[in-house]
Amino acid sequence: MTWKQMFTSSVGKKLIMGFTGIFLILFLIVHVALNACIWANDGGKMFNAGAHFMGGTVVPRILEIGLFAGFILHIIQGIMLEIQNRKARGNVKYAVNYNNRGSKWYSRSMGLLGTLILLFLIMHIAHFWLPNRSHQGFLLGEEINLYETMKDVFSNVWVVVLYVVGCISLAYHLAHGFQSAFRTIGVHNKRYNKMLTSIGYAFAIIVPLAFALMPVSFYLGWIN
Amino acid sequence: MEHYNMNLNLKVWRQKNSNTKGEFKMYRVENISSEMSFLEMFDVLNEKLIADGEEPIAFDHDCREGICGACSMYIDGKPHGPWHANTTCQLHMRAFKDGDTIVVEPWRANAFPVIKDLVVDRTAFDRIIQAGGYISVNTGNAVDGNSLPINKDKADASFAAAMCIGCGACVAACKNSSAMLFLSAKVSHLALLPQGEPERHSRVLNMIDQMDKEGFGSCTNTGACEATCPKEISISNIAKLNQEYLCASLTSEK
Repeated sequence: MTWKQMFTSSVGKKLIMGFTGIFLILFLIVHVALNACIWANDGGKMFNAGAHFMGGTVVPRILEIGLFAGFILHIIQGIMLEIQNRKARGNVKYAVNYNNRGSKWYSRSMGLLGTLILLFLIMHIAHFWLPNRSHQGFLLGEEINLYETMKDVFSNVWVVVLYVVGCISLAYHLAHGFQSAFRTIGVHNKRYNKMLTSIGYAFAIIVPLAFALMPVSFYLGWIN
Repeated sequence: MEHYNMNLNLKVWRQKNSNTKGEFKMYRVENISSEMSFLEMFDVLNEKLIADGEEPIAFDHDCREGICGACSMYIDGKPHGPWHANTTCQLHMRAFKDGDTIVVEPWRANAFPVIKDLVVDRTAFDRIIQAGGYISVNTGNAVDGNSLPINKDKADASFAAAMCIGCGACVAACKNSSAMLFLSAKVSHLALLPQGEPERHSRVLNMIDQMDKEGFGSCTNTGACEATCPKEISISNIAKLNQEYLCASLTSEK
């Protein structure tokens, strides 16, 4: 079994989804913790210091390449799996669907939820990452004041709504994805699976809720 | 439970062979006893069709006691019908009321092409079994059963996995037409026992390879398979299969 065969079989492809999924979950923890500094209510001083560390020092910027690789792998593999799985289903559809009797709607809609998150991600990158990096000349140049950018971006109610929708999609994606990722990489111990399912639901509620509260806080003037 | 008779409308998938397009046809059956099995109700319908000079509806069946895995109807949107942990032959007509309309479809999956009406070709499962569902045994006298100690929990888990009758309901229920519940049951069953040890690694790799060749989809852990399985095979077998695969592929030297 070559490395290529290992990651291109049906189970191998899922391993890639699982491992990159867990990697992206870890990234979410870093992202939400850092962004939570906006609630320090110090006019963005703490938040900007954190943002400067992530965007203006060498090591996090190198790790950023790994983050993009993780995202791209997860997205491309996800799209390919969705296409392959639809093909396996065949052309003739059932007249009566199985629906929620055996599985949760969000478990069956990971492709749709992922696409919504991808659309959100494109908007999100265009709002913050791109302007900041282009201002830096994509290397370690001077950054923009991201706190002020956030204030500016989240003054538009529609942007706030889109961000909240993005966070809801993320919540449901995680509600299935968190525990599914661990099953996919082979955790079959019942005790651990039970624990991971509980942690997964808690994670899927807490993290997207914290993210969603950020634009809402700016829009409603809860900070400053 | 009280016995009653009922009249039913059936919407059944009719398809001449794998090369032609199928369609639904409506049938009416009368005076069906609540004590009949679903297949006996189909027998009544087929008797009537034959008497009327029509082509009877083809469907798979064999033991009619829920242990062979031959019957395979997708009834009102669920493989093997509305009852939990049940096969079509063990589904009794008391599950329905007088005047009900029941929709009956064949399993739908690319790897399970329709042969005729409600009969699908499930030989893909046989080829997956052939690829690795066996163990090596020494020739000569049978070994004394008690000479090989096996942990009770493992023996029970192995037996629970061995309950799989290979009916294909998991594939029929899965939105990805994945055969992972079936495959994981077969792999777990042997991987948990010392007798399965010699081929432990080659088994999982060969069987997954064959599954992919047959054109089944990938598992996304939705749980639809577990919920419909007549033998209540646990979805944790799939995680066990993933672990077996990871170990086997990581330690492979080729």
